[in-house]
Amino acid sequence: MTGASTPPETGRSPEASARHTLPLVDTTTAPLPPATKAAAAQPDLILGAHSLCPGCGEPVALRILLETLQDLGIVDRSIGVVGHGCYGSFVRIMDVDVLQCLHGRAPSCATGIKRVRPSAVVFTLQGDGDMVNEGLQEVLHSAARGENITCILLNNGVFGDTGGQATATTVLGQRTKTSLDGRDAEQHGYPIPIAELVASLQGVGYVARGAVSSAGQVQATKRMIRRALESQLAGQGLSLVEIVTMCPTGWFVPASEGANYQHQSMEPIYPMGELAVAGRARGTASGPVGDSIAGTAGGTS
Amino acid sequence: MTREPPAEGRVSRGTVTIDVDACKGCELCIPACPPGVLSMSSQVNAIGYRFPLLSEGCTGCTACQMVCPDFVFEVYRFPREAQAPAPERENP
Repeated sequence: MTGASTPPETGRSPEASARHTLPLVDTTTAPLPPATKAAAAQPDLILGAHSLCPGCGEPVALRILLETLQDLGIVDRSIGVVGHGCYGSFVRIMDVDVLQCLHGRAPSCATGIKRVRPSAVVFTLQGDGDMVNEGLQEVLHSAARGENITCILLNNGVFGDTGGQATATTVLGQRTKTSLDGRDAEQHGYPIPIAELVASLQGVGYVARGAVSSAGQVQATKRMIRRALESQLAGQGLSLVEIVTMCPTGWFVPASEGANYQHQSMEPIYPMGELAVAGRARGTASGPVGDSIAGTAGGTS
Repeated sequence: MTREPPAEGRVSRGTVTIDVDACKGCELCIPACPPGVLSMSSQVNAIGYRFPLLSEGCTGCTACQMVCPDFVFEVYRFPREAQAPAPERENP
């Protein structure tokens, strides 16, 4: 994949390649004061660089989560509970109180923290291997108990941290290190749609599924995280936001093709949108959640 | 995804700074840019990855900043009155 020579596989028209001859803008220094900063590069709550692969979706998911904590003004009383996965490397650079617990046990640890310190805002950060393979019962029982915590699931369909093995959310036909010919239903079974499973339980305040592969999806997912945290602040029960993240390394695709691959393979199985809203199990009709944002979750990719 | 190139002589309503040495060359910003003014370099940075270059026509929409996993982009917007020539930069 070479950019300057404009390969045919990127689908760029000859006219589009002419933009390489347009004058380039100096991007090494910031413009002088009449210009205003619209967006900072580094999130305030991420200290330093991370070590994840090119094209990974997890840093983007972490950024919108931390920005939402700031927007709601709850950073000082937030406690993150992190499972095991690539996102474990965030523990050393994220400026929020964090507990890292055993594989899949994050919702149970979060339960304990929330019961001891009800004023804290407790969220878990888990991958699909962590939540759906290793700790499926933890999240299901926490949801059924109606624990007032927020679970963030980063679903990329592989055990990225251990080398890219198939998980319970790997979609049929997807190639991984342990399903080199694609996941086969007869041999490997079917994927578990965890968000739908949790949404079917009583005791759930808010369940939604988003993605971070395009700017539109990033914005929609950020609204979902905000509503999930607002659901926790309103005491409506467990809230879950499943974020489909790109893992080009585990999917055997170039980093630039991660978003397209996700769009074609995972999104038909895992549709974006809100699945449970406003604490229906508690019978509370009023809540912070207003109009549905499912229609905006399609993104622009 | 094919995008129209910016018209010749198009003014920039915004700009970005690019932290070249933090970039890992994933190219997610290229299709994310609505005006299509980002392109990948032919050179590589200190850790061996190609990085994005900005042409005239940026609107300051922050789409590149939102999709970038390596926090490379810082986005600035120019005041609407002073659109025509981009302001001078400090330490060019």
